[in-house]
Amino acid sequence: MSDGPSPRVVGESRSVNGAFGLLAWVVGLAYFFPVFWMVLNSFKSELDANASPKLFFHPTLDRYRDVTKSTTGLLSFGEAFTNSAVVVLVSTLIVLTLAIPAAYALAIRPVAKWRDVLFFFISTKFLPVVASVLPIWILAKNLNLLNTRMALIILYTGINLPLAVWMLRSFFREIPRELIEAAEIDGAGLKGQLTSIILPMAAPGIAATALLCVIFAWNEFFYAVQLNPVQGSTVPIWVTTNISTRGDFLAKLSAASVLACIPVVLAGWIAQKRMIRGLAMGAIK
Amino acid sequence: MTSVRYDNATRTYEGTSVPAVDALDLDIGDGELLVLVGPSGSGKSTALRMLAGLEPLDGGSIRIGDRDVSNVRPRDRDIAMVFQNYALYPQLTVADNMGFALKQAGVPKEERRTRVREAARVLDLEPYLDRKPKHLSGGQRQRVAMGRAIVRRPAVYLMDEPLSNLDAKLRVQTRTEVVELQARLGVTTVYVTHDQVEAMTMGHRVAVLKDGVLQQCDTPRKLYHEPLNLFVAGFIGSPAMNLVPVGDERPLRLGGSAIELARPGDAALAEISGAITVGFRPEALQVGEGPLRAKIRTVEDLGSEVFVHLSLEHRGQPLALVSKMMPPFDGEPGDSIGLQIIGATHLFADDGSRVVSTTATLQAASAPAGVASDASPAAP
Ligand SMILES: Nc1ncnc2c1ncn2[C@@H]1O[C@H](COP(=O)(O)OP(=O)(O)O)[C@@H](O)[C@H]1O
Ligand SMILES: [Mg+2]
Repeated sequence: MSDGPSPRVVGESRSVNGAFGLLAWVVGLAYFFPVFWMVLNSFKSELDANASPKLFFHPTLDRYRDVTKSTTGLLSFGEAFTNSAVVVLVSTLIVLTLAIPAAYALAIRPVAKWRDVLFFFISTKFLPVVASVLPIWILAKNLNLLNTRMALIILYTGINLPLAVWMLRSFFREIPRELIEAAEIDGAGLKGQLTSIILPMAAPGIAATALLCVIFAWNEFFYAVQLNPVQGSTVPIWVTTNISTRGDFLAKLSAASVLACIPVVLAGWIAQKRMIRGLAMGAIK
Repeated sequence: MTSVRYDNATRTYEGTSVPAVDALDLDIGDGELLVLVGPSGSGKSTALRMLAGLEPLDGGSIRIGDRDVSNVRPRDRDIAMVFQNYALYPQLTVADNMGFALKQAGVPKEERRTRVREAARVLDLEPYLDRKPKHLSGGQRQRVAMGRAIVRRPAVYLMDEPLSNLDAKLRVQTRTEVVELQARLGVTTVYVTHDQVEAMTMGHRVAVLKDGVLQQCDTPRKLYHEPLNLFVAGFIGSPAMNLVPVGDERPLRLGGSAIELARPGDAALAEISGAITVGFRPEALQVGEGPLRAKIRTVEDLGSEVFVHLSLEHRGQPLALVSKMMPPFDGEPGDSIGLQIIGATHLFADDGSRVVSTTATLQAASAPAGVASDASPAAP
């Protein structure tokens, strides 16, 4: 999708615009550089990676082989990846299943005191994570959920739900009220309204919401390392297992980090296409 | 047989104290096209939405046919609604938009297709059945919205300003089409508009609302010639009726002239006391020869008719009047010209209600000598 050159605005100075543009590029590159360096390192030998910065080297996939090789007794890449995938997908699905009807009740047919409800949702985010980890750990222990995927699924669902409800509510509010009323008069019940009007029209918003849930759940480290240090460990924990106390590990760690990044980047790319398609559909008018 | 009956129906929105629709009593006959008209904010949409079931009632009841629908869900009322902005489903094609209600009702695919085609043929939409709404012009979208309603064959059509997003020319044309379509289908229809011309040209009967209160419901002719009160008199007709407050002195005077009423008017006048407002339509005000003199402010020559805007001194204040003349008319702004009343004249009492409709003439009064003889007016 090319938008062509941006239209010139009367009275704006080109040189000032150009300067700001340049600044934006510099800042952007500064942010991107470490990522770029990490990717580069992942294709180096440990020796090259730890040597003084070096742009030219013999690229190798050996580090990727190293980090995906499984050793009995140690958390393997495959295992961590499966755990992460299950936890992320299941928790995101549950979040959407619960958040969509909740957002409907807050946006389209507001329940009495919807403001209080909305505040309650966000208030669950007030507690510092460190303060809540001990009670959660005790609960999980007593429920025999330590070192299970279930623990993380429940936790991530709970953490993502308020945000998802807030986001979906604002997306649902953009749907013209007449459309839902028209569907209602045309005989559509809640299910018909959801499947034929609300979900298709809010698809870009739902994609964005799902993406945020996926990103959070995929990246979450703190709870995961506290609750599942032995079993049911996720990718972020696996990445840290590549830090060794003996010998160099920078290239290996880089390779592991790149592998951990790929799924979220992919998810972002897919969601973005979905969002653009939804917006291009001319959801509203 | 589907009649509609509002019985004392009231709706007060949350957080407001004045009802948006106040104790509405209205009977709509089977197959009738009833127009709800009134200024913006008068409660037209609310009244329609109450009938649709989109607004709950805070009092009274609504019947469709012989069923009390006051507590029936919108989808169970057997109605179809056309919205001002059409409310087409953007992600569905024209055909799917029109067939949506049938699909929800579980009508088999084949029948759905034939009924959509049929409606599309009636509305000249056949070439566009596979398009999405955003690829249609405003007029086509409007027809799709109509099509979505007629495919259903409901008991009642509800239309909320369905033509107000069209340009003037298309609006006039579509107006006729809607009237013809409604006559052909014979389905009871409630049509909302703020445009009194649309109301007068389309409605079998027209209900005039003001501040949520029904003012009058009558045929267009009766509304025009026998308005029940000052509001209706001023709202219906364009340009609006000349309404002149004349106070409580007798005889009635307009500027320096006495208004002489025909006998029924005189008799009625004797019965009432208090301040009176005299109303006469622009076509009842003749410019040219006449006992009363006024100044021309502007002349609007539409070709087929000419509106002459006048100003005269009345009870110590400038008073604006409009006259509708047949062309040609040669008066210029600034000219002083004679006035005479030649048609129906209405008297309204203090409370705004019409007391009597009669005919009146202006009598030359004791005008200061010399005034009557200046500049000879342009005769029509
Ligand atoms: N959802 C609402 N909440 C509160 N007041 C409303 C609402 N909708 C309409 N009103 C008020 O009710 C009155 C009637 O509105 P409406 O029926 O839309 O008038 P109309 O269609 O004749 O322009 C107006 O004063 C309007 O401000
Ligand atoms: Mg309205």
